Amino acid sequence: MKKTVNQKAWLMVLPVLLLVAFSAIVPLMTVVNYSVQDTFGNNEFFWVGLEWFEEVLHSERIHQALLRQSLFTAIILIIEIPLGIFIALNMPKQKGLWTSLCLVLIALPLLIPWNVVGTIWQVFSRIDIGLLGHSLQALGFDYNYTQDANAAWFTIVLMDVWHWTSLVVLLCYAGLQSIPDAYYQAAKIDQASSWSVFRYIELPKIKGVLIIAILLRFMDSFMIYTEPFVVTGGGPGNATTFLSIDLVKMAIGQFDLGPAAAFSLIYFLVIMLISWVFYTAMIRDEEE
Amino acid sequence: MAKITLSNLAHSYQPTPKTPADFALQTLDHEWQDGTAYALLGPSGCGKSTLLNIISGLLQPSQGRILFDDVDMTQAATSQRNIAQVFQFPVVYDTMTVAENLAFPLKNRKMDSAYISRRVQQVAQMIGLETLMAQKAKGLSADIQQKISLGRGIVREQVNAILFDEPLTVIDPQMKWALRTQLKELHRQLSHTMIYVTHDQTEALTFADQVVVMSEGQVLQIGSPQQLFEQPKHTFVGYFIGSPGMNIIPASIFGNGASITDYTLRLNKHYPVLSGVTTIGIRPEHLTLSSDSSGLPVELLRIEDVGHYKIVRTRHREIAIDVLVGKSFEHSAANCYLSFDPNFSHVYCDDWLVKGQ
Repeated sequence: MKKTVNQKAWLMVLPVLLLVAFSAIVPLMTVVNYSVQDTFGNNEFFWVGLEWFEEVLHSERIHQALLRQSLFTAIILIIEIPLGIFIALNMPKQKGLWTSLCLVLIALPLLIPWNVVGTIWQVFSRIDIGLLGHSLQALGFDYNYTQDANAAWFTIVLMDVWHWTSLVVLLCYAGLQSIPDAYYQAAKIDQASSWSVFRYIELPKIKGVLIIAILLRFMDSFMIYTEPFVVTGGGPGNATTFLSIDLVKMAIGQFDLGPAAAFSLIYFLVIMLISWVFYTAMIRDEEE
Repeated sequence: MAKITLSNLAHSYQPTPKTPADFALQTLDHEWQDGTAYALLGPSGCGKSTLLNIISGLLQPSQGRILFDDVDMTQAATSQRNIAQVFQFPVVYDTMTVAENLAFPLKNRKMDSAYISRRVQQVAQMIGLETLMAQKAKGLSADIQQKISLGRGIVREQVNAILFDEPLTVIDPQMKWALRTQLKELHRQLSHTMIYVTHDQTEALTFADQVVVMSEGQVLQIGSPQQLFEQPKHTFVGYFIGSPGMNIIPASIFGNGASITDYTLRLNKHYPVLSGVTTIGIRPEHLTLSSDSSGLPVELLRIEDVGHYKIVRTRHREIAIDVLVGKSFEHSAANCYLSFDPNFSHVYCDDWLVKGQ
């Protein structure tokens, strides 16, 4: 049978193409446009080639921000993933009021707007009126997140753990719920220790959702902006200036559009590359 | 290896059961003899899995005791009972190889590693998995995974009993026969007590020395396949076992006869006066179809050819009666008559078998 060629089908994808063009392609290309040009105002642009990219790649300031960013993401992943699994393992499993209550309580931080989360912690950590800040001071700790870099890091990490561990918990909990009872019964009969049950039954079964959880937490924490911006504004000094905070400073604070555009493109490519690695690992895991 | 005794055992999933209907398992006394192959047979939801889980200790009975060789084990945890169980769906440890799966129960019991590798090799040979030992258990077919589950059960030599909870449900039909034969063979070799839960009568009758028939939480009869076939104690047993099942014909019983509507049937035993609903139970195998008008007149509805015999569906007034005939049977006369084999015509009162004198 001969296939009829019908080019009208292209019309069907047109609305989507338009939507994607306006929501993603056009803004992205504007950034590309800025990244290869320089301007002195008056809407006059000069071609500079890859100069901004070279500058950004060799910028000490951005290296520092990248270092802080990687450290932050590593710390919160190391805390949130095991903690999330641990909480999920200890959640009640039977359906009932108690379980629903636990789930709602766990999900609560996820439902709060991000800048509100920042405000909550900004107030919570203040040493004059904040419960956390004041208590720590009263207990004799030299805690002041507006002046001490360690205190600022402590606050931001604690806030992120409070905010996002729930996501890991919920994903792992869903994964654990899908394990049939027979596995636990068989493990009892085989006299498996609770560590073995975790290692050989629960962990393999939640591996898929766990990779998704790690991927999401990696992406979100690597792009974190709102909460530290509200709490510390990147300070004290540059102590909590992570990549996106630095980027905004560069683009809007200093109005260095060219370097900022080059910076955001590199930033984007880095996140995409790492996410792609995760994705490939996930697919390979499913195929096995 | 042990004799398992159930004493005054009952279970309800409700916290405060009141009526007998609240019990998933009615009061039961039974002794599982050491080394016997049992089948627990009954329709879905009759309480057979409940009973199995009580024996393995996954479930605490709400009433009664379980004894292993006269030692009370009612409160003992599953791991202390030294029991193996194979579940409906194959349970394997995905990340382990076949050999590691088989070794797992022994490793957890801190056995000597030289013994473990020897024993695992031995078990793999018994269930035919030697060639797959180094493969990951994940991704193997359902019947092989079920063999691994079985292997983990029999790898412990001193296991008290092996319990099977409908283990062939997810297995392809042609593999079912092979696995069932292998199970029977394993029982012969190991002579462990085996309890096999199923709703499939063929599986139960081919596997077991003793079949326990259950319905609605109640054990109706325990007996050899032959006893269940020839002397069903309850109409349900008669009906559930056999294909087609036993005919249950309403009749009134007097002395050594029974009347079915206006036909009188001679019985070869004498029965007392019975109060309750009385019926005659007779298997299709024990009825003969003829044109001899001394029998029960029936109307022929249809004939089903199932290969080596035929099933004739007939009707006497509103009562459906099935008859089994040879494959050479040809439908001849319009008026047919049934004659009953008096040795296999059983009398039931309120569904329970009545023994005549």
